[in-house]
Amino acid sequence: MTVAPQETSTEADILTVAREQVLERGTGLSERQILDVLRLGDDQVPDLLALAHEVRMRWCGPEVEVEGIVSVKTGGCPEDCHFCSQSGRFPTPVRSAWLDIPGLVKAAAETAETGATEFCIVAAVRGPDARLLSQVREGIRAIRESGNDIQIACSLGMLTQEQVDELVEMGVHRYNHNLETARSHFPAVVTTHTWEERWETLRMVREAGMEVCCGGIVGMGENDEQRAEFAAQLADLGPHEVPMNFLIPQPGTPYEHYEVIEGKDALRIVAAFRLAMPRTMLRFAGGRELTLGDLGAEQGMLGGVNAIIVGNYLTNLGRPAEQDLEMLSGLKMPIKALSETI
Amino acid sequence: MTGPARNDSFCVHCGQPADTGHVSCHNSRTALEPPRFCPRCARRMVVQVTPSGWQARCSRHGEASSADAPATN
Ligand code: SF4
Ligand SMILES: [Zn+2]
Ligand SMILES: [Zn+2]
Repeated sequence: MTVAPQETSTEADILTVAREQVLERGTGLSERQILDVLRLGDDQVPDLLALAHEVRMRWCGPEVEVEGIVSVKTGGCPEDCHFCSQSGRFPTPVRSAWLDIPGLVKAAAETAETGATEFCIVAAVRGPDARLLSQVREGIRAIRESGNDIQIACSLGMLTQEQVDELVEMGVHRYNHNLETARSHFPAVVTTHTWEERWETLRMVREAGMEVCCGGIVGMGENDEQRAEFAAQLADLGPHEVPMNFLIPQPGTPYEHYEVIEGKDALRIVAAFRLAMPRTMLRFAGGRELTLGDLGAEQGMLGGVNAIIVGNYLTNLGRPAEQDLEMLSGLKMPIKALSETI
Repeated sequence: MTGPARNDSFCVHCGQPADTGHVSCHNSRTALEPPRFCPRCARRMVVQVTPSGWQARCSRHGEASSADAPATN
């Protein structure tokens, strides 16, 4: 196989190449180069994390964006994403639930109290119907009326152009829609919709002027090539934010018996994604507590990550927000303030 | 199974009788799970997770929340 000269790299020198290309020039690694990073030996992981941290500090700065999330509609989803305990197609213990408006206002207040600048309203749906959109609209209005000026993001599945426009008009500034995994692996994970349908929603969101938040889950049986492919596809999309989840094998789902990814592999992947996307906000999302524990979370913050979700997730619990805030203060990483993000 | 004889007869993570050992339900994953089954009757509960806690409702035995039961396993 012949390789283009600028992509030539060996295990020994990919970090040297990345230092010049990514740290100095701000150009993300190519798919082939990301694969080289993912194949670095364990002994080189500390150097990799140190470089990813330098890249993050150089191109993003020391600040950390803190976000809270809540599920406004839980469970009973018609889709079949194999990792998801909220799919109505699998015998999971999760039952459908709706959060009322006072509950949403309270969740937003709890999030703002942590110093978070972002509050994401999430629903387990293929796409929003009129009832859900009106619940979100009322919820946002009530959050504002309560005097809470936290920035509001939404994650409501696949959208039509009209729905995109409606969310913009409600004041939703960022939209989350994960591509979940590499395009080549997606059909093994989801059969009820396609990667391309997801991409189309992301395109409309970007064109409407909302910030694009798009990431995925690692540990779903993808190989290193597909991890590199996914990082390159995300880099191509160029989202404002990439949330990184690590699979939590959920009882009743097809992935119930999958192994939790090893901490050192999770850190290697996070650092590789940082080197693929030097300027993107890279967020620790679900599964980090299980995969990385307390020590690993700190290593990730020193290995390319510059955003976190604090508190609980949609159906799983996180560690207490105070613990993360203490960690950030110990690392001397300031929390991004609201005034700087508006 | 003849049904619950007393409170907390069932595992909140899998709904099986709680006196069967439940080694598999005490692990690092369930430590990050809210209760899913009513400990008194093993019905699946409607559970809402919020940023700082959870609420769970059994159609027969009513509401429980992280405020009254901080430990989930
Ligand atoms: S669309 Fe979302 S909520 Fe529905 S099954 Fe897939 S991941 Fe779960
Ligand atoms: Zn159990
Ligand atoms: Zn009950």
